[in-house]
Amino acid sequence: MRRHHDLGGTGDGPVDTRSHDPALWEKRVDAVRNLLGHKKLLTTDEHRRHIEDLTPEDYDRLSYYERWILSLSHHLIERGIFTADELGRKMAEVEAREAKDREQYK
Amino acid sequence: MSARFRAGDAVAVRAAYPPGHIRTPYYIRGKRGIIERLCGEFANPEELAFGRDGLPERPLYRVRFRQQDVWPDYGGTPEDTVDIEIFEHWLEPAAREITA
Amino acid sequence: MSERVHGHPHDHDHARTFQPDHDDGGPMPYLQVMEIATRELLFEKGIITPDEVRRQIERMDERGRWRGARVVARAWMDPAFKARLLANGRAGCEEMGITDLEALRLVVVENTDKVHNVIVCTLCSCYPKPLMGLPPSWYKSLPYRKRVVREPRAVLKEFGLELPDDVVVRVHDSTADMRYMVLPRRPDGTEGWSEEALAAIVTRDCMLGTAVPRATERRI
Repeated sequence: MRRHHDLGGTGDGPVDTRSHDPALWEKRVDAVRNLLGHKKLLTTDEHRRHIEDLTPEDYDRLSYYERWILSLSHHLIERGIFTADELGRKMAEVEAREAKDREQYK
Repeated sequence: MSARFRAGDAVAVRAAYPPGHIRTPYYIRGKRGIIERLCGEFANPEELAFGRDGLPERPLYRVRFRQQDVWPDYGGTPEDTVDIEIFEHWLEPAAREITA
Repeated sequence: MSERVHGHPHDHDHARTFQPDHDDGGPMPYLQVMEIATRELLFEKGIITPDEVRRQIERMDERGRWRGARVVARAWMDPAFKARLLANGRAGCEEMGITDLEALRLVVVENTDKVHNVIVCTLCSCYPKPLMGLPPSWYKSLPYRKRVVREPRAVLKEFGLELPDDVVVRVHDSTADMRYMVLPRRPDGTEGWSEEALAAIVTRDCMLGTAVPRATERRI
């Protein structure tokens, strides 16, 4: 059985040969991943494993750094760095702040 | 741990299909190639993925495969190759003559 | 990370939530919300600091393609250096004063008139980041990872690179601890060029094997 991420030789589709610069939020994901590595809270293969364990649907549908941030959250919860509840509450707080800002800058 | 293979040895990738975090791509399982170089010794990523130390370090090789031995319908030239890093525990000795 | 939006100060240290990244007027995407929330929790728990994040982004931004391009240019000008680089990629870079390579293990593969190399990581997106920063988006894309091991010549054609049949194509699948850089061929018409001028024609795609440097693009 081939795992979903193990893509060599499967499928087709044109390659978009242009290069897009990452957005700032994506660079922050990359930075956080690297810092967690420097602090020995995440190894490369743990990070890869979490990405590989995403559902095939999520793997295909999400962008590169979207896969990363989802996988990092799973890892940090699994490791007990924060709880799912803490993350859920913080995400709700961020959403509320963002909605307020959007309202203000309309 | 001393290396089992040297550059030039004919090897086959084991046709095994365990679950988990495996860095031997599916497309190369069961295929035969030649050791291009010994890269060094490294910890086992299959174990590192689960927060374990992956020790002892084991030999990692670059193995060169002829594309026409990998893909039944390969459309390029016969000498085209794919070079892949493979850990020693995924390799077995192969007879040098590759029969179709 | 504290940011200012339109000169409007926030009274506590959180990232500006109104992001130009998704400035379509709609709500922030779920995973971008997650990014902010994750980072803020990590700050609150003292795991990482905003300064560390900013410095890491700067470090990665600085890396870019110039370091690899300079190594290529030096190899073109100095055959003895080239031999050392091909024997040990990391040591070659360190010889040039590039010393912040973290744990990088680098294999440099040489294009000749008979061999053309192209790099991929079919399993994820492994790339020599400590040397060259972040990889191009096409390198990480699913179609590239799916197709280039199986039909490299067709994929290279999509990049505008057509190789004759008497050139062997070698695909390198970066599956484990090594990282790869292609040493492209020095194009004709660059005789007498300075190292800087040579480096200027070595794009990131050239060092991945999906392009070749062209002497017609002299900028210095």
